[in-house]
Amino acid sequence: MKRLWVSTLFFACLIAVWEILIRKGVWDSPLLPSPTDIAVYLTRGMRSGELIDASWVTSKRLFLGYFVSLVVGLPLGLLNARFRFVQDTLGVVALGLQTLPSVCWAPVALITFGQNEVSMFFIVLMGSLFSIMLATSAGVQSVPPIYSRAARTMGSRGFHTWYAVMLPASLPFVVSGMKQGWAFAWRSLMGAEIYVIVQKTGAGLGLLLHYGREVHDIAAVAGIMVVIVVIGLVADKIMFSPFERFMHKRWGTSKE
Amino acid sequence: MSIDTELINAPPEKLVIDKVSKHFDTSQGRVTALESVSLSVREGEFVCLVGPSGCGKSTLLNMIAGLEMPDSGQILADGQPIRGPGSERMMMFQESALFPWLDVLGNVLFGLRLKPGLGDAERRDVARFYLKLVGLEKFTHSNVHELSGGMKQRVALARALAPNPRLLLMDEPFAALDAMTREQLYRDIQDIWTQRKKTILFVTHNVREAVCLGDRVVLFSPHPGRIQERFDIALPRHRDINSVDLASYATEITKALKRHLRPQMEDIAE
Repeated sequence: MKRLWVSTLFFACLIAVWEILIRKGVWDSPLLPSPTDIAVYLTRGMRSGELIDASWVTSKRLFLGYFVSLVVGLPLGLLNARFRFVQDTLGVVALGLQTLPSVCWAPVALITFGQNEVSMFFIVLMGSLFSIMLATSAGVQSVPPIYSRAARTMGSRGFHTWYAVMLPASLPFVVSGMKQGWAFAWRSLMGAEIYVIVQKTGAGLGLLLHYGREVHDIAAVAGIMVVIVVIGLVADKIMFSPFERFMHKRWGTSKE
Repeated sequence: MSIDTELINAPPEKLVIDKVSKHFDTSQGRVTALESVSLSVREGEFVCLVGPSGCGKSTLLNMIAGLEMPDSGQILADGQPIRGPGSERMMMFQESALFPWLDVLGNVLFGLRLKPGLGDAERRDVARFYLKLVGLEKFTHSNVHELSGGMKQRVALARALAPNPRLLLMDEPFAALDAMTREQLYRDIQDIWTQRKKTILFVTHNVREAVCLGDRVVLFSPHPGRIQERFDIALPRHRDINSVDLASYATEITKALKRHLRPQMEDIAE
């Protein structure tokens, strides 16, 4: 609780100093909005529904892409850890593509699918799939062999060993892979939304950011960035903190 | 069928190891872990396998557990060749090998859940019974990382005992513990062995420990792993690791160990 107060106080001071410096004219630039300007933009955006709609459109894209990445990436990671053949074929492809910054998929997506949701989905998928797959695989491979040996002496074999031992044993790695995948999905989507403009199915936060730049509305640009940060933080907490609490309890790992 | 009638009907040899050899291919070339090793263990016997590292005693235990197969020779448990792991042969390792994602009870239940024909409530009762036997009934819902090294090995012991194996295989289970904890566990394991009438194969490189626990001590020598000598330990139970009688046995076996090691050392020196 004390730590929460420290953080709150720190940000309150930061914002206050920023506001004061602008009001006193120390920082006087049309390129730097004051916290009040940003707050005004945010309230206006919320009231008109523009920000809420955009956040919703963006979240839908994000979760769809990330969810499919998980569903495909986790099993692929297991296969990659288990079969040398997969490692020598698909594993190499994944390793190569993982190094490719995800926004590089945008031109391919535009040519192949055009300016639409499929492009958006494709870019998010390509951005997060491989890191989830490779982290899962690394997690499984780092499980101490003594666990599966112990399980086998107790009569566990085949599929049971996989779901009752290998998967839970690699949970700390798999979760950090999922977090990494989430971060990549989020970055890919923002890249995609700024680059790929889909009008029909609604404007996401990235597109708002793009418009903000075009009309030179620096308060809007800063405000949207705040929204993006908040969504990222909240999603991270909601999705991963149950896992992290469980691991902290069982493994005795430290909480952040 | 009670344990006593089981003892009457059972063949006299619980375990027969017949001319077993095992090789491993390593980066240094082919290593003979075991060469033509033969050993018989009676039902209810406590046998300690002693030798320096590399003498293949752990490999032998792994083969009895069914985790590895011999290259030649055969191993019979109750007259049947071993084809894989089985719940009548449970193994305990040097590291506790407890699963950190389960609590203490969950760990003890792991093997029980793989044993068919038990209800869930029954499994829990059995698990609690064995946790009580190792003195950890108060730690049923503790997490593994909260336990000391000695407590972890007790949980591992409860986990190994819970499916009621006839044969318990222990691979240096106390090697990583401090002396005080070890002494307590020597008492406990002798208690449990007398109470539950198990056959135990216990691997160690600590001669005193072997003399303290074993009805018989089997001495291995390395490169290639072979049985060199067997000693019957005719000391009354319960044995205290610090007793003088025990020390004289230990001295005798240590001498034999050095005698068998010396030619090996000279081989390596050449």
